[in-house]
Amino acid sequence: MSSLLEVSGVSVSFDGFKAINNLSFAIGDAELRAIIGPNGAGKTTFMDIVTGRTRPDEGRVLWGEANVSLLGLSEARIAREGIGRKFQKPTVFEDQTVLENLLMALRNARGPFQVLFYRPTPGDLDRVHELAGEIGLMDALGRKSGELSHGQKQWLEIGMLLAQEPRLLLVDEPAAGMTPAEREHTTTLLVAAAKSRAVVVIEHDMEFVRRLGCKVTVLHEGAVLAEGSLDHVTANRKVIDVYLGR
Amino acid sequence: MSQSVLARNPSVLVFLAILGLFTLGVTLMSEWAGSEVVSTSFVKTLGKTLCLALVAVAMDLVWGYAGILSLGHFAFFGLGGYMIGMWLMYERTHGIVVSSLAEAPIPPTEAEIVGAIGNQIFGVVGSREFPAIWAFADSLALQLLFVVLVPGLLALAFGWLAFRSRVTGVYLSILTQAMTLALALYLFQNDSGLRGNNGLSGLQNLPGLDHVPQSSVSIWFFWASAGALALGYALSAWIVSGKFGSVIRGIRDNESRVRFLGYPVEAYKLFVFTVTAMIAGIAGALYYPQAGIINPAEIAPIASIYLAVWVAIGGRGRLYGAVIGAAFVSLVSSWFTGGQAPDVNLGFYTIKWVDWWLVLLGLSFVAVTLLAPKGIGGLVDLWTGRQAPDRHGADLGPDAGSLREAEAER
Amino acid sequence: MKPIILAVHVLIVSTVATLAETGPIQAILQEHGDLIVKSSRKTIGPAIEAVATSGLPEAQSVLQAWQVKSIWMRKSDGLFFLGERIDSRTYRLIDFDTGGTVGEFPKRELKNIKPNSGIRALIGTALVQFQLLDPDPDRRREALDAIERSPDASLLAPLRNSIEGESDAGVRARKMRIERLLTIAHGTGVDERVAAIEEMSTDLGVDVRATLNPLTRTEVKAFAGEIPDGLNVARRLSPGSDDLPREEAYALLVATGLAPATVGRDAVREALIANLQDDAAGGVQAGELGADEARMRAYGVLARAGAVPPLVTEAEIDAALDAHVFAAVYAEASPAVAAAAESALARIANRVGLSQGADLALDALSLASIYFLAAIGLAITFGVMGVINMAHGEFIMMGAYTGYVVQQFVPHHTVSILVAAPLAFAVTFGAGVAMERLVIRWLYNRPLETLLATFGISIALQQLAKNIFGTQARPLTSPGWLDGAWVINDVISISHIRIAIFVLALVFLGIFLFIMHRTRLGLETRAVTQNRRMAAAMGINPDRVNMLTFGLGSGIAGIAGVAIGLYAKVTSDLGADYIVQSFMTVVVGGVGNIWGTLLGATGIGFLQKGIEWFNPSNTLAAQTYMIIFIIVVFIQLRPQGLIALKGRAAGN
Repeated sequence: MSSLLEVSGVSVSFDGFKAINNLSFAIGDAELRAIIGPNGAGKTTFMDIVTGRTRPDEGRVLWGEANVSLLGLSEARIAREGIGRKFQKPTVFEDQTVLENLLMALRNARGPFQVLFYRPTPGDLDRVHELAGEIGLMDALGRKSGELSHGQKQWLEIGMLLAQEPRLLLVDEPAAGMTPAEREHTTTLLVAAAKSRAVVVIEHDMEFVRRLGCKVTVLHEGAVLAEGSLDHVTANRKVIDVYLGR
Repeated sequence: MSQSVLARNPSVLVFLAILGLFTLGVTLMSEWAGSEVVSTSFVKTLGKTLCLALVAVAMDLVWGYAGILSLGHFAFFGLGGYMIGMWLMYERTHGIVVSSLAEAPIPPTEAEIVGAIGNQIFGVVGSREFPAIWAFADSLALQLLFVVLVPGLLALAFGWLAFRSRVTGVYLSILTQAMTLALALYLFQNDSGLRGNNGLSGLQNLPGLDHVPQSSVSIWFFWASAGALALGYALSAWIVSGKFGSVIRGIRDNESRVRFLGYPVEAYKLFVFTVTAMIAGIAGALYYPQAGIINPAEIAPIASIYLAVWVAIGGRGRLYGAVIGAAFVSLVSSWFTGGQAPDVNLGFYTIKWVDWWLVLLGLSFVAVTLLAPKGIGGLVDLWTGRQAPDRHGADLGPDAGSLREAEAER
Repeated sequence: MKPIILAVHVLIVSTVATLAETGPIQAILQEHGDLIVKSSRKTIGPAIEAVATSGLPEAQSVLQAWQVKSIWMRKSDGLFFLGERIDSRTYRLIDFDTGGTVGEFPKRELKNIKPNSGIRALIGTALVQFQLLDPDPDRRREALDAIERSPDASLLAPLRNSIEGESDAGVRARKMRIERLLTIAHGTGVDERVAAIEEMSTDLGVDVRATLNPLTRTEVKAFAGEIPDGLNVARRLSPGSDDLPREEAYALLVATGLAPATVGRDAVREALIANLQDDAAGGVQAGELGADEARMRAYGVLARAGAVPPLVTEAEIDAALDAHVFAAVYAEASPAVAAAAESALARIANRVGLSQGADLALDALSLASIYFLAAIGLAITFGVMGVINMAHGEFIMMGAYTGYVVQQFVPHHTVSILVAAPLAFAVTFGAGVAMERLVIRWLYNRPLETLLATFGISIALQQLAKNIFGTQARPLTSPGWLDGAWVINDVISISHIRIAIFVLALVFLGIFLFIMHRTRLGLETRAVTQNRRMAAAMGINPDRVNMLTFGLGSGIAGIAGVAIGLYAKVTSDLGADYIVQSFMTVVVGGVGNIWGTLLGATGIGFLQKGIEWFNPSNTLAAQTYMIIFIIVVFIQLRPQGLIALKGRAAGN
């Protein structure tokens, strides 16, 4: 199986501290993957590297069938390549309505001149309504997104990610601060999304990961400690050591 | 969503209507129309104020909407003035020189005319040669093109360098200020080719129209300024209304999020920076013929900071706020500094407003920033019922230029 | 009656005088009597020389008397005496040789010898040789000053003679040095002069260069045919080269009368106007003369008719240039001396260049200290706290005005500065705390609003200072011990006040480091800056820390203001002049790092001095280029502005 994203031998250090140490990781099309690991394991830095925010000191990051190197591309360019990212803290454009947020995220030409003359087509509006229905914000389309509840913002952000139609979704702690009911909804969204694209979820909450029911990668000190089903990795001696302390 | 821009932004129509009525009223009350109510010099003041309002609209676009606090837009304004000033001065001197040389026994050659014009214009800086930048000063069409092109190209080059390196926030502000300072210092030199600190003068006289009284010229420029403001306002409203507006407001509040949506943020910033520089150039080209003189002091960094002050006092992030701020502050300022404001006698000390106006302006500016972030535009909100969201003091985004709680709409 | 008595009296006295033996100095004076009486600068030389070189002890007093117009000639016998005025009509005459009084005479029988200023200068020169031997060292120094003012060939011999017996070491050294210079300029033999040049070729004195320069001065000359022998030719020049452009070469020929003058456009126009008849010149209607071609045609007609001088064609110019030889000719006749002077000047220029480099470095260092002083307060408020304070410059100004006000009450300068420094700190500390409490703390995460609000305060404070102190510059006088300069040689010197500012900058650096790294406040400041919430959880009061830190930065700006006020005039714009440079200093060096600020100040100081050195005539251009340079450097090196945060901190 050819992989969609292949990260190999990547290392990065900040002021002498090795945040990522010779990390290798691959994910295929339409795969759901959870990344777990203790604080400081390098989970977020890993996403930073894939999305172009941080330049690694060494290693390769290859993307897609053509094996394009993502290193050296700008964040915007990587996003247009089809990698969407959801941050830990919900980041939506709070001064704009839900509709505007979704329209902005919709997969369309991104250049300033095309955008200047862009007017939403009926197809675009249908797609927005469909997404709004999926994330449960149909009634909130005209509201300023800053007025939404924490969970609604999380969903809006997921909706925006889906509107981008990425081939790979990187989701950082989507369930943080959610009520159990909201978690349930989020799980459903992510599992549904993974049917047609690759989804990588970073999560602390084991229960949430279990519900996702997918392959799990355990990171520790910037490198892969274990990989496999959740039951497999939780039985791993090294993982237990890391989580419980030696 | 398929409604026109104007329908979605009723304030644009309201603004254009008010501007139209104002223009009509001033025209009817001007000396041109045979009335005595508005003097020619006051028509010029109003025309200049409209130009300042136009550059303030540009400033609002770049700061209020895109979140880039540029302290250089008055430099673009000045450059526009210089470009049109070169043609005005050249052509007018040309006329004077030709008529004075016509009295000689034999007619002058082309070279003699150009030489005499050079002598006339550059005598004050001890030169008589035309610098290369005056090569097209005899062509109105080209100089009009330069009014837009020169500020635009400078903004493009500077913006490309700065945005590409992701300089943001106050650092970008200080950098634009440094650019302005460098430009002003350069123009102050006698060998800059633009007459050093003498600047360009006599711009109020239109070449070839000596027989037209200033009352007519002033009203023409007033109309032109009003027209430019109307067009500039409508253009700006159109730019910020659609998805483009969404994107630049997104950049203002949370630049990196826009980047992760796949938008080339630098290109958007560059577009807004350059377009607003061009608008500023046009405003300057209309302003300085009404002022009559332009010199490098006009470009000094402080002028650009005042521009930001106007926009902030009027209320940033809304185009009419910029117009109100520029008009209000510049008119009040000329009222106070012109000595028309009555002195206040406190018994032990007499407050002369000529001396104390700047103190008042500075402090009121601090007060507006602290207590009324919406500026004068906030008064409109009392009437329209617009309310700010309750965010417990949180701003609307992590970036330096993002809207504050009080500035946002619920 | 009275005239007769007087006449008889005169007769008797004059007879007595004639009878007396004529002294040796009188004999010399008599020998040149006609010249002395005629008194012309051109002819008087032999007379002065005869007196000066007579070797007689009275020679000096004669010359002195002559110089101050006290020599009188008795009309009856033509003898010269020193005259002393008794009243407006009567003078007492004193014999030069004996020093004895000859008698009293009415003015009308005497003729005063009144040398004009040219002659007096000659006499002065002649007198120098006597002053060189004067027992009073101050007089000898005056004589040397006189020689330096007008180095004259005739002084060489007396100067040399006076060195032998010189007792004062300092005067002796000066005498020897001036002797060398005089030898270079006026020595008799080529060898002697070349030797003197060699000897002085390591001396950086301006006087050495002034002596050598005339020896290497050349003049471009044109010769028909070959260059005559006996001229000291520096080099041949070919017309049309960079050294001698074609126009200049031809102009030289015209000036020396070797070729006819060219007729310029203006001359053509004038000639046509002068020859305008019946509205036409040279057969061309006046109306058509608005084109060069028509003018030339008309002028050609006039020239052929002989009415105007003919045009000089390019071919004629070329022919004239070909027919002549051009050369740069030394004013100095001796090739050996000229060559020695050239090489000595080159060596001196090298050494001067090095010294100027050192001087420039000192200048740059002191400028850097000033920038550092201006920026160090900002390094705290902006660098550590991240607050953009556009009114920082006005705090500097407030400090300077505090110094000025203190001097109005405390006249003793040293005491006043010692009082002013802490007072300036107190005043600006208070202003800073007030500003932090009232304005800045509401805007801590709003840098752009902070920038604009503090700018509002800045213009208000500036105008306030104008209203209180007026627009004219106020002096802040430095104590006497700060006047003067430390002079290393003729090229390198640095004023004491700049040294003081340098020292002050170092002291402030030390204070900054001490406060930030060795005190509780510094620790708490760094804690609050890095993580306000965490610091608050640790029991630190962030409000109090921010207030004190901001006050500290402002207070340091106040002290810097006193120092800068000593160096520059105190005006309301004082701070505004430094604000942009201060921000650049902090930003370029790296925000939040005092060593970076130091580096930034040094860099900007050296850069500015360097650019000024390349382009000394145009400081505006220098500043322009510096700002552009800094913009480029900033964009390229510090694109993030802040200390580039890495890792998680740069996230969300």
